[in-house]
Amino acid sequence: MRLRRHRVGLTLVALLSVTACAKGVSDNPAPQSSQLGPSASMSGSLQVMGFGASDEIATTRLDLAQKAIAPATVKLVQGDLDVQQFLSAVASGKPPALVYASRDQIGTFASRGAIIPLDECIQAESIPTPDFVPSALAQVTLNGKVYGIPEFNQVEVIQANGNLLKQAGLTIDDVNGSSWERVTAANKKLTKTESGKLKVIGFDSKLPEFLPLWARANGAELISADGKTAQLNDPKVAEALQFAVGIYNDQGGFGKVKALRDSADFFGKKNQFASGTLGAMPFEQWYINVLNDVSPQAPMAFGTFKTKQGESVAFNTGSAWAIPKGGPSPAAACRLAKTMTAVDSWVAAAKVRADKRASQHKPFTGVLTGNKVADAQIKAMIKPSGDPKWDAGTAAVYLANDHTFAMPANPADAEFKTAWQDAVNRVLNGQQQPQAALDQAQKEAQAALDKAWDNWKNK
Amino acid sequence: MVSTTTGAAAGRGQPTPVGESAEVNRPQRRYRASRRRDTLAALAFISPWIVGFLLFTAWPVLYSAYLSLTDYDVINDPNFVGLDNYKELFADPKIALSLANTVFYTLIQVPLHVLVSLALALLLNRAMRAAGFFRTAFFLPKMTPPVAVGILFLLLFNGQSGLINTVLGWFGINGPAWTTDPHWVKPGLILMSLWTVGSSVIIFLAALRNVPLDMYDSGKVDGANWWQQTIHITTPMISGSIFFVVVVNTIAAFQTFSEAYTAFFGSGNTTYSNDAALFYAIYLFQQAFQFLHMGYASAMAWLLFVIILIITLIQVRVSRRLVYLEGEQR
Repeated sequence: MRLRRHRVGLTLVALLSVTACAKGVSDNPAPQSSQLGPSASMSGSLQVMGFGASDEIATTRLDLAQKAIAPATVKLVQGDLDVQQFLSAVASGKPPALVYASRDQIGTFASRGAIIPLDECIQAESIPTPDFVPSALAQVTLNGKVYGIPEFNQVEVIQANGNLLKQAGLTIDDVNGSSWERVTAANKKLTKTESGKLKVIGFDSKLPEFLPLWARANGAELISADGKTAQLNDPKVAEALQFAVGIYNDQGGFGKVKALRDSADFFGKKNQFASGTLGAMPFEQWYINVLNDVSPQAPMAFGTFKTKQGESVAFNTGSAWAIPKGGPSPAAACRLAKTMTAVDSWVAAAKVRADKRASQHKPFTGVLTGNKVADAQIKAMIKPSGDPKWDAGTAAVYLANDHTFAMPANPADAEFKTAWQDAVNRVLNGQQQPQAALDQAQKEAQAALDKAWDNWKNK
Repeated sequence: MVSTTTGAAAGRGQPTPVGESAEVNRPQRRYRASRRRDTLAALAFISPWIVGFLLFTAWPVLYSAYLSLTDYDVINDPNFVGLDNYKELFADPKIALSLANTVFYTLIQVPLHVLVSLALALLLNRAMRAAGFFRTAFFLPKMTPPVAVGILFLLLFNGQSGLINTVLGWFGINGPAWTTDPHWVKPGLILMSLWTVGSSVIIFLAALRNVPLDMYDSGKVDGANWWQQTIHITTPMISGSIFFVVVVNTIAAFQTFSEAYTAFFGSGNTTYSNDAALFYAIYLFQQAFQFLHMGYASAMAWLLFVIILIITLIQVRVSRRLVYLEGEQR
């Protein structure tokens, strides 16, 4: 009996180690205009959560930011953002000066009052918001107020094995999504099975994570532009899901595709493309650099993902800087966020990256910054690598970057994402049909959105 | 006349001459003072644990009871909502789903765990010189971090290239998709949980070593074979240990989290998940730490507490008829 109590106690301690120190933050003051801007005085140590200075793009910009806030200094809490650590720090009245988060977390933080609107910061530091990629800025804008300064853009492009395409008499256009019939046909041609076992994945539609991309390609959005209405059971979304799942069914089912995918050496020399076990897939652009590093001889072919109308499209994600409510140095935090995302900082960092890649005899494939002006200047720095396949990859990435969309911020980010991903998973696992799964997800997501928006309105 | 009445005699109600009581009670006072000092010393020694228990167990448990009556998102002040969270529990289909998954897992995993660990302990009890090596070998997997076990599950039970299906293939069996087929996810996790039977094996082994050998000798004289000895001598004699392992593992099974979370909801799969692996503790974690519904999660924790309490009470009640405890008076 004592043991039972002990175990249950431990469970509750684990659950409540954060909550036991519950304290509201509603009394913490927002920074005043006079605290921000070029004339603001800066001192002390600036604690930053969630940002890791792990490569030259980070360290170069951080060095510039350090100079911009001198004599104040930066103290990094290394590693990805620990949401519980951050929220606990805010709740206890000792938040960090600045937080670096995924853009899809900004709505949740903002609606709970953990971070402040940056209107005054943007105005005081003259941060040129029109320079940012519009979809990136939309991801950090809630109820008309900007809560984060966006940086980096992850976009998807079609990545394919050129040899497998050629052997099957196909081209990259057959797998770029502009014609779902051609994708279906290409998938069947590329797929190889042996004794009932899948040996080559013809086309990986990358569910559940890329449902928004397939839905957009079919002319649908998962959520309204104001972030208040779920649109998950739109028949066009169901049609997109049906198609993307059908790609797996044509290969023997999602279980077989996932099993082969899971057994691959994703980051190594025997990756799916180098080992010839994957025909094509839409995937984020950073993987091109991985492939170039570990298997430069892989027979790659690249192109943008396209809508049914033949237009390039990409679903973007990325990071953002936000200032916690009650943060100790809002002026320095604002200046740091501005400097990290300034065009000059990005260009300086890109030069360091380009020089490094040149010294390694590797192509510089650019950096997607989330800032249109910086992107244009960095793109101009890119030189032909001498290998057309990698140059095609870089060109596809920049073309995709010009055609991005994102889901708008909302106060129930996590619940909304869980609702639609669970729906996709239920279909992939054979538990529900697409429309039924999305109907259920619509109810769950809308209930979460309504509750979250109501809670925010009542605060 | 000098009285020789002792304190003990006084305690029995015999009269104590007036004027001599103080002298007579001195040893009693000394004894009481000594006991008080001992008690204070004991309390001083145990006080770190008491303070820790009050701060980190008792207070959070009590506070969670309060939080279960509130809407609380970690950041803002808890907002009292009465029994709304508890009402919502009964309307939430995922509560029923996660409870059903958890009960299924418990009903299969606990008996299997006991049978496998008991079988291994019986084998180990027969091993002579190599017993130490095997004891260590069986216990080592218990040292594996649960997260690693979750990742290991994905590798071993991979439907295409996993070791389990490869071995099944040697016998002409086409193994299932353990990691994606909802019908096979829980059986796979149950089999994987047997990886860590080591601690129960050690408990059973210790119990087996305590069974008096002359009972087996008597059994042999009466013509009992190994199976009969196991059923009629060994099992009753170690029933206390079996009861302990059953209770502890039932509680652990109801709280199962790490392996399934890693394999289906955490680092093993960032976006893919499977309803069949949604155990109660995982859903509680999602509500608390992903959706920041701390009030609702606290209500979930109390529901789990009540369920475990009821089941444990039933197990204790049933054990009175089935379990033999050494030195027990009946």
